[in-house]
Amino acid sequence: MSGIYIHIPFCKQACHYCDFHFSTSINKKSELVNALVKELEFRKDEFKNQVVETIYFGGGTPSLLTIDELRLLIDTVYAHYNVVSNPEITLEANPDDLTNQQINKLANTPINRLSIGVQSFFEKDLKLMNRAHNAEEAKQCLEEATIRFDNISVDLIYGIPGLTNENWLKNIETALSFNIPHISSYALTVEPKTALETFIKKGIVDDVDEEQAQAQFYLLVEELEASGFVHYELSNFGKPGFFSKNNSAYWQGKPYLGIGPSAHSFNGNQRSWNVSNNSKYIKSIDKSILPSETETLTQMDKYNEYVMTGLRTIWGVSIQKVTNEFGDDFTKHLLNQSQLFINQQLLYIDNEILKVTQKGKFLSDGIASELFKVN
Amino acid sequence: MKHIRNFCIIAHIDHGKSTLADRLLDSTGSVTDREKQDQLLDSMDLERERGITIKSHAIQMDYNYKGEQYVLNLIDTPGHVDFSYEVSRSIAACEGALLIVDAAQSIQAQTISNLYLALENDLEIIPVLNKVDLPSANPEEVTDDIVDLLGCDPSEIIHASGKTGFGVDNILAAVIERIPPPKGNVDEPLQALIFDSVYNPFRGVETYFRVINGSIKKNQQIKFIATGKTYNADEVGTLRLKQFPRTEIKAGDVGYLITGIKEAKEVKVGDTITDAKEPTKNPISGFEDVKPMVFAGIYPVDTEDYEELRASMEKLQLNDASLVFVPESSAALGFGFRCGFLGMLHMEIIQERLEREFDMTVITTVPNVSYHAFTHKNPDAIVIVNNPSDLPDPSTLNRVEEPYIKATIITKSDFVGNVMSLCIEKRGMITNQTYLTPERVELNFDMPLAEIVFDFYDRLKTVSKGYASFDYSPIGMRVSKLVRVDILLNSQPVDALSALIHADNAQNIGKKMCEKLKELIPRQQFDIPIQAAIGAKIISRETIKALRKDVTAKCYGGDISRKRKLLEKQKKGKKRMRQVGNVEIPQQAFMAVLKLND
Repeated sequence: MSGIYIHIPFCKQACHYCDFHFSTSINKKSELVNALVKELEFRKDEFKNQVVETIYFGGGTPSLLTIDELRLLIDTVYAHYNVVSNPEITLEANPDDLTNQQINKLANTPINRLSIGVQSFFEKDLKLMNRAHNAEEAKQCLEEATIRFDNISVDLIYGIPGLTNENWLKNIETALSFNIPHISSYALTVEPKTALETFIKKGIVDDVDEEQAQAQFYLLVEELEASGFVHYELSNFGKPGFFSKNNSAYWQGKPYLGIGPSAHSFNGNQRSWNVSNNSKYIKSIDKSILPSETETLTQMDKYNEYVMTGLRTIWGVSIQKVTNEFGDDFTKHLLNQSQLFINQQLLYIDNEILKVTQKGKFLSDGIASELFKVN
Repeated sequence: MKHIRNFCIIAHIDHGKSTLADRLLDSTGSVTDREKQDQLLDSMDLERERGITIKSHAIQMDYNYKGEQYVLNLIDTPGHVDFSYEVSRSIAACEGALLIVDAAQSIQAQTISNLYLALENDLEIIPVLNKVDLPSANPEEVTDDIVDLLGCDPSEIIHASGKTGFGVDNILAAVIERIPPPKGNVDEPLQALIFDSVYNPFRGVETYFRVINGSIKKNQQIKFIATGKTYNADEVGTLRLKQFPRTEIKAGDVGYLITGIKEAKEVKVGDTITDAKEPTKNPISGFEDVKPMVFAGIYPVDTEDYEELRASMEKLQLNDASLVFVPESSAALGFGFRCGFLGMLHMEIIQERLEREFDMTVITTVPNVSYHAFTHKNPDAIVIVNNPSDLPDPSTLNRVEEPYIKATIITKSDFVGNVMSLCIEKRGMITNQTYLTPERVELNFDMPLAEIVFDFYDRLKTVSKGYASFDYSPIGMRVSKLVRVDILLNSQPVDALSALIHADNAQNIGKKMCEKLKELIPRQQFDIPIQAAIGAKIISRETIKALRKDVTAKCYGGDISRKRKLLEKQKKGKKRMRQVGNVEIPQQAFMAVLKLND
């Protein structure tokens, strides 16, 4: 039970809101792919006893890779790891890369799931966020992709300055009209040191509005649940059988191997992360040195992570599991700290599982923090 | 006695006093290379970090000058207006003073007031122009300033650099040649001045003294005149980098005394030590019981830590006799202490020492000065108001008096207008304005002490771009129109946020307090109204809007660690907050009123 994440740190252009690790200078791409292959090879022993269930190409923009490059990476995984017979293999892709021709080629690779960065079907929003595609490309690619892939996820962003509730509902409806089984949807967040932050500071763009984000979140939940989607994680909605297996692993504390610059790995006890710099990464891998830092999680760290991720998901925080894995002190702490939120109807206990209520969902980080144990 | 010289250093913060002192120790061979470190005399970490001297220190140096051996006693004095009494006692223990002036910054207000103290005590002043090696140094102009101030000859001013050691030998020569040796009579009854004390957890309180007449011997029965207590002199000695026990310290010299005293408050700076059997008839003049100027509540963040806080404060009091405290309780904060401090810096130091030395995180409430209230019923009986809640009900109040100070500010002539408007805003009345030089002006104001407590220093710095120095001395009580402004959170009064404010400023300050609290109190799941009120009358109102979104959209492999750490930090921050009703108030909110203009 485990997954491999491969980070492709290139983008054609920078989205104004993005603070992920990427580079827009694509000339190092083939060197980088070689380094990824090498990292996959020399870390194989870390996953000796694991069965690989999912492979995930994330970014950046993994759809910038050629079919051959994607095949090379997938083949390398198969050559060195124990892969289950029907793994979930996801490619994050941008609509501008998904031409009809490319979709057909991708359909002939082992890739069986596309996560498409649509974000909005309105030109105005796409411009504001500096996305590389336009609304028409988004619709066209979905039309073609749904013919060749049945497991497709679409990303949508809400809370964009100027996005009315009406237009937001139209975005949801447009996405649903393609009959896709999965939607990931995020509130536009102003990260430090992004272009968006600068624009807001300078008054070029209106600041994001919490009330708008909150209203649009609940519109989303309502619409998608009515259409048969399960709200299985704060920002993720899937039809039964179509939850992201790769991402669910993160929230269930399962091991994962992160390949590429800035990628994180987790083996159950330790989390490590590679350097967030393409050149440094390539140089170091070239010398067969993994450029990573590691932290070992204490029981308290693990408990805190379990609470933090659990509250975001449909699986909640199992009181039984807390007792079994962390002991009575932690259970007592958890129940004590929860009481206030239960009284405020932000948390509830269902069948020995602690979960956030609909009302608590949009406040779940603050709630998780209160349930944490700290020294 | 002919070969003893006792001197202190008068300097403004940052004018290089501690560095120059290090150089003197160096040149006289008083420290070995192994013992060297910067700011040798500042023994508290806090002193080194802040670059200020909080306690007085003394050190004895040997110096061979023209074939004769001399003993030089350097008494290092605190460099902040909060500690001006201690400075005055150190000055009284000396015959001379080095007046150190930064060649780039010239003379500052506090230097002048200390200089006047030194002149009143008939000290020989040796002017030293320090940091002459700095590119920004302006020796000609600063020399003129010094000549104007002292009426000395420019040739008497020694040029020096603490950084390079330049001029240090000239300073040492001047100390010997210009400062007179102590006068005094070894045969008279013992008369020694206490100028400081230090608490040593193993040996009890160490008393630093200067013998004026007579001598103090090991195992002598001695008496402290002000406290009336007698002790056995278990150990006497001189202060080198380490202590050197001696059998006797004679008139003119400086030393330390150990008697097994456990509490610093038994040793009062300025007190006279004499022989128990044959006491002197003349206590040294100038002794004062140090009175706290500023009062504030100190509460444990966690109510359960009250007893631990008490123990920590008691320990702190062992080595800081100027700290006073009595238990008090607050509806909002539970049990704590009303503490008296010498000034705002002293308050900060106590708070920081509690955190560092005792690991006690505390909430400090809005500081206030000590007011005198009088009721209609008994218009002659003073009701001392050290806490806003002590103020009698307005309907029964005859009048209130508040402490006034004389403020001395020296600034560049460009900033006179700014400084004046600030002081007038702070209810100051100008009493004098003197041009020391065409560029430098001395301003005197009568001002309420309370106005200095409330963000005066920072604003003075801002309005003068850093070119203003400030000193003050108390000038008594004056009648004042005072009201208590209360703060209500979620309609509940929070007593610990109340403040005593002049009626004319109440509206404005109440408004600013509401705005500041809105900034400092984290949003919660519900709206929180903040109101300022005088009695039942609401004078200002703000609302902390309920939190609508408190969740990050993404939480994937790379986000988990970072996010956990962020939420852990948040949780730790909350641990330091105080729950009042259902509102969580961070520590710094209780001091918000001090930072209203930030």
